[in-house]
Amino acid sequence: MYKIVDKKSYNQDVDWMLVEAPLVARNAKPGHFVILRVDVDGERIPLTIAGIDGNNVEIIYQKMGYSTKLLGEKNVGDTIEDFVGPLGQAAHIRDKKHVIGVAGGVGSAPLLPQLRAYKEQGAKVSVILGGRTKDYVILKKEYEAFCDHVHITTDDGSAGQKGFVTDALNPLLESDDTIDHVIAIGPVIMMKFVTEMAKKHDRSIDVSLNPIMIDGTGMCGNCRVTIDDKTYFACIDGPDFPGEHVDFDELMSRQNFYKDEEHACKLRLKKQ
Amino acid sequence: MKNMKPRLKVREQEAVERNNNFLEVALGYSLEEAKQEALRCIQCKNPRCVQACPVRVKIPEFIKLLLEDALDESFETIYDDNILPSICGRVCPQESQCEGACILGIKAEPVNIGALERFVGDYGMDKDLADKPVPASNGIKVAVVGSGPAGLANAASLRRKGYDVTIFEALHDYGGVLKYGIPDFRLPKDIVTNEIDNLKKMGVTFVKNAVIGKSITIDQLKEEGYESIFIGSGAGLPSSLGIPGENLSGVYFANEFLTRVNLMKARAVPDSLTPVKLGDNVAVVGGGNVAMDAARTAKRLGAKNVFILYRRDRKSLPARLDEIHHAEEEGIDLRLLQNPVELTGEDRIVKQVKVEIMKLGEPDSSGRQRPLPTGKYKTYDIDNIIISIGQKPNPIIKDNTAGLDTQPWGGIITDEYQMTSVEGVFAGGDVVTGAATVILAMGAGKDAAHHMDEYLKNKHARTS
Repeated sequence: MYKIVDKKSYNQDVDWMLVEAPLVARNAKPGHFVILRVDVDGERIPLTIAGIDGNNVEIIYQKMGYSTKLLGEKNVGDTIEDFVGPLGQAAHIRDKKHVIGVAGGVGSAPLLPQLRAYKEQGAKVSVILGGRTKDYVILKKEYEAFCDHVHITTDDGSAGQKGFVTDALNPLLESDDTIDHVIAIGPVIMMKFVTEMAKKHDRSIDVSLNPIMIDGTGMCGNCRVTIDDKTYFACIDGPDFPGEHVDFDELMSRQNFYKDEEHACKLRLKKQ
Repeated sequence: MKNMKPRLKVREQEAVERNNNFLEVALGYSLEEAKQEALRCIQCKNPRCVQACPVRVKIPEFIKLLLEDALDESFETIYDDNILPSICGRVCPQESQCEGACILGIKAEPVNIGALERFVGDYGMDKDLADKPVPASNGIKVAVVGSGPAGLANAASLRRKGYDVTIFEALHDYGGVLKYGIPDFRLPKDIVTNEIDNLKKMGVTFVKNAVIGKSITIDQLKEEGYESIFIGSGAGLPSSLGIPGENLSGVYFANEFLTRVNLMKARAVPDSLTPVKLGDNVAVVGGGNVAMDAARTAKRLGAKNVFILYRRDRKSLPARLDEIHHAEEEGIDLRLLQNPVELTGEDRIVKQVKVEIMKLGEPDSSGRQRPLPTGKYKTYDIDNIIISIGQKPNPIIKDNTAGLDTQPWGGIITDEYQMTSVEGVFAGGDVVTGAATVILAMGAGKDAAHHMDEYLKNKHARTS
C-alpha cells in the first residue's frame, strides 16, 4: 500500500499527486515511469514520473478513463494498492544548445523534468504548452521559473495564441536557427505532426510513446512499437525514442484496439 | 507382473462441460483410488523414478506410506524434497521424468506418480501439514529475485537452513509464471497462494512491486547487507516470429494473452478492467505447454475455431502428453508441419495467416527431425493469432548489473556451483537455461540454496 501524501487539482480533469514510494523514488530519473493499480481489482496503468521529493513520487494524471477517475477519488491519507517503478529508460539528455519542448495537455508533466535537465546542462530552453482551454494549460508557473521562453496555445484562444502547438512551433523553427532540438510529449496525433514539422525544418526530435501496457517490464509485449522497421518494447526500450522514424499510425491503431472496452468501463463508472 | 492392474485413470471434467469453465480439468484421485494405484508400485530397490526427478523426491517411500495409511508421514516425505507437491503433481512433465523412468513402463504403463503426488500434496495442504517449526534466523540476510518456482524453492531451502530470506517480486502478486502463465484449469490459483502462504509462515519475507535492476540494483542489495543473492527471474521476454504483420492489432504474444486472463482476471467484457479481445477464429503458433494453455484458454473464452500451427510433426510436440490429449478432446485442431510466414490485415487488424507446408528432414541438434520448407502455402482466415514459440530471459537485470556475464541470447552464465560472474550472486531456473519446466526451475533453486549455504559458511569461517 502506498500513501497519498499530498494532492491538488489543476482543473476539473487534471490532478497532481504526491505518493510515498521509496522503492520508486530511490533510482528514479527524468523519463522514467511507474505502473500503478488503484485497488485490488485494478488494472495496471502507466504514468510518467513528474518529479521526486525524498521518498515521495509526483504524478500528474488526467481523469479520462475508469482507473484515473477512480484514482482522482482518492485523497490525502488514502492509499494506492500498487505502485511500481522506476520503469523504462531514463530520458537521453543530448548535447544540445537550444531545446524547445512541445507539450499537449498533461504531456507538460513528463516534459518538465526533461527540460529542466537540459537547462541544468546549460542549454537554452523554450516551451510551447498547448491545451483545449486556459484551464488545460498546466504547470505554466513551473516552466516560467526556468524556461527562457514560454509560449501558450489554446484551441479556443482563452489563453495565449489561438490554435494548435504546431501553429506556434512553425514560425519559431523558421525564424530561430539556434533551436537545434525538439521534444514533443502529448497525444500521438500531436507528436506525429510535431515530428513531421521538425523533420521538415531539419531538427532532431524526441518523443515519448504511450502504447497500451500491462506489466511494464518487458513481459507482455503489448507495447511494441515500430521504429525504422524494427520492433521495440516501449516499456523497456522507451518510452522516449527519436521521433523521426516512429510508425505513429501503427501506434494509434494499437492504442485504439481496446477503445470499445474502455467505453464500456466508463459506462460502468456512470452506473455506480 | 501378470496380475498387474492397469493404470487407474484420473477422473476428469467432461470436455463439453469444461470448455465453458475455468475449473480444473483433472479431478484427482479419491483415497481409495490413490491406494489402488499405489499398489501398482513394485518398490524397486534402486528406484529409477527418484533418479529421474529433478528434486529427487523419495517416490517409493511416499507411496509405501500412503498404502500404510500414514498420510501425514507420506506428505512429509515429499515435502522434505519438494516444497510444492500440489503444484508439481499437476504440472510436471511426468512422462519424461519419474513416470518415464518407471520400470513398469517397459512392459505396461508406469505408475501414475503425478496423480499420487497431487493426492498426497492436497491432503497435506488441507491439513496444513507444511506449517512446521523452522530454525530461528541466523542473522545472515539473503535476497531472492523472483517469486516463481526457482525463487520459491530457493527461499524455502535457505530459510530451512536458518537464513533471513527476502523475496523480491516485480509484479503485484507472487508466484511468477504459476500465477500469470499457467491457467486455472490446469493449476487453480488458490493452490499457488496456499503454497506461498506456507513460505510466509516459515518466516520468508515477501516484497512485491520491486523490479530488481530498477527499483533496487543488485549492488544496492549488497549495500543493504544481503550477503548472497539468488536470481530466479525466469524467462519472461516473449520470442517473436520475425514475420511481416506481427505488430497488427489482434496479434498477441502468449504472455500478454495469458497475463490478461490469469493475472489480470480478464473474462467477459465489460466486467474486467483488463479485458481480452478475441474473435471466433483463433490461431496459436507453437507446440509447447504454453501454446496448449493459450489455445484451451481461447476456447473457454468463447472462440469457436481454435487451431494450433506447429512446424514439426506430432511426436515432436514439446507439450505434456496430457495437455495435448486434453486440447484435442476440447476441439483444438492441431495443424502440424505448418509454419506461419506472413500475417495480413485490414485497417491494421489481423485477418489472415499464410503458412508454408513443411516436411521432415534429417534430425537436428535437438534430435528431432528438422522441418524443411516445401514451397507450398496455405492461407487461413483468423481474428486473432497468439504467438507462443518460447520466451527468453528478461534483460532488465543484465542491463543494470555491471560485470554480470550472459549468453548471447540473454541467459545468465553460472559456474558449476551456480555462481554468476558477480561474487555472491547465484542464479538458476529459466534465467540460466532458457524456458523449461516448473520442476527444473525448482530443482535449480533448491541446488543453488545448497551452494549459497556453502559459500556463506566459507565466507563467515574466513572472517570469524
